[in-house]
Amino acid sequence: MRNWRESTWLPVSCVVICLLAIWYAAAVWLNAPQLLAAYERADEAWSVARLVDDAWAMERPVLPAPHQVAAEMKATIWDKKFTSKRSLVYHSWVTLSSTLLGFALGTALGILLAVGITHNATLEKSLLPWIITSQTIPILAIAPMIIVVLAAIGLKGLVPKAMISMYLCFFPVAIGMVKGLRSPDPMNLDLLRTYNASTAQIFWHLRWPASMPFLFASLKVAIAISLVGAIVGELPTGATAGLGARLLTGSYYGQTIQIWSALITASILAGSLVALVGLAERRVLARMGNA
Amino acid sequence: MPDAIINAANLSLVFQTDDGPVHALSEINLAIAPGDFVSLIGPSGCGKTTLLRVVADLEQPTAGELRVNGKSAAENRAARGYGYVFQAPALYPWRTIEANITLPLEIMGLPAAEQRDRAKRYLSLVNLEGFGRKYPWQLSGGMQQRVSIARALSFEPALLLMDEPFGALDEITRDHLNEQLHQLWARTQKTVVFVTHSIAEAVFLSTRIVVMSPRPGKILDVIECDLPRDRHLDLRETLEFQEIAHRVREGLRAGHSYDD
Repeated sequence: MRNWRESTWLPVSCVVICLLAIWYAAAVWLNAPQLLAAYERADEAWSVARLVDDAWAMERPVLPAPHQVAAEMKATIWDKKFTSKRSLVYHSWVTLSSTLLGFALGTALGILLAVGITHNATLEKSLLPWIITSQTIPILAIAPMIIVVLAAIGLKGLVPKAMISMYLCFFPVAIGMVKGLRSPDPMNLDLLRTYNASTAQIFWHLRWPASMPFLFASLKVAIAISLVGAIVGELPTGATAGLGARLLTGSYYGQTIQIWSALITASILAGSLVALVGLAERRVLARMGNA
Repeated sequence: MPDAIINAANLSLVFQTDDGPVHALSEINLAIAPGDFVSLIGPSGCGKTTLLRVVADLEQPTAGELRVNGKSAAENRAARGYGYVFQAPALYPWRTIEANITLPLEIMGLPAAEQRDRAKRYLSLVNLEGFGRKYPWQLSGGMQQRVSIARALSFEPALLLMDEPFGALDEITRDHLNEQLHQLWARTQKTVVFVTHSIAEAVFLSTRIVVMSPRPGKILDVIECDLPRDRHLDLRETLEFQEIAHRVREGLRAGHSYDD
């Protein structure tokens, strides 16, 4: 274990340093035209050193520098009360709660569809085309419809956003679980037939445990796009809270630093959620004898 | 044979495939008495595995009569009247060895204490005491196949159907398991139907050997194997053993099974 860590630490930090260097360079590159125009207007002399300094310290840069984003995140995550409307923790929680609800609903729906499809040929023929069609519609196009329709029947706030998450994340679960529930080989199925096992017994003793690796692979995709769904769901409502709302207000007022800190927070959140699913996977598979 | 445990009369099975019908079994007539150890031997494609699967109600015959334990094959499967050992161990990797053996018992709804008791008893019957908490991947191929035999015995069926159970193992392990299986059979008095393509294995284990030939799958010869009941591996060096092996080989040759 120790060796493994020592050997990956260096390459990982190398990549991080490279990415930061590219980011800093890009910040200068993208912010330079604005600054040069400003120098010209003010008829000021400028040097490369000044340009770089200014490019990394603009109030509304095209691309903020990493330390600006870090400072903004520190200010909005650590220095604000969690309950404050300006706290990113508060906004993250709003997004996270609908992500998790949508993920739970989407996973349940996906598994249910997969169970139906694997046990009934008619369901496979009738459902599968619709399941695939549902994912060809851009979520940005259908999200406002879902919000409007649900608002018409009195559902507002958390539930409509969770529905959009569910709409996105049931798909990988359904497809992965159809594959997983069908993964037992004919010999293992024949074995249970020799015991005259019922369909339910075949499901619980063979199909379900055999599908676990497929389920967790799907869940990792599902939880990440569930977060995307929740953020997209916060955009058309002109939402007042959530990471999506931060992105929206940020773009209204040209607050690129705010946009980037919301983006980075969202990606940290997504990474942590995927890691949590990975942790659950390791625990479940360890209990199933995979050392 | 009125008291036969398996009685097949004019049993045929035709598979309909894209390339036309395939006659897997043709006019099979066979009676197997309780306590017999019957080997089905023949080249690949002679229908020996298909015949075993028909007896197990895993395939449906297209013509003929079949009685197993005095019932139809389907009724016998519903009554859990046989234990089946596959070519591969087919152990569930997420279950411990003990949990693999109790799998049929769970499905049949035996009390938990009885399940543990049986797992212990049948693990020791196949000389695997103390391996109950291991997982399948921690055992060798030969040990895994012994677990699958213990699993087939755990619900105490009168009939054991074995489909080339040692086919994937090396010869040394296979000889060893042949001896163990022989002792197991002598001790438990089960009826065994054993599919193999090894002449030595068939002669060593059987009381009767059914020689089959392909296209269509049919029975060529049934050879009584009246060697002493108490058998050890050195039996294979004796003249009686060689004579029976020779007859089996002749039977296989008569079926032109070496042509292709």
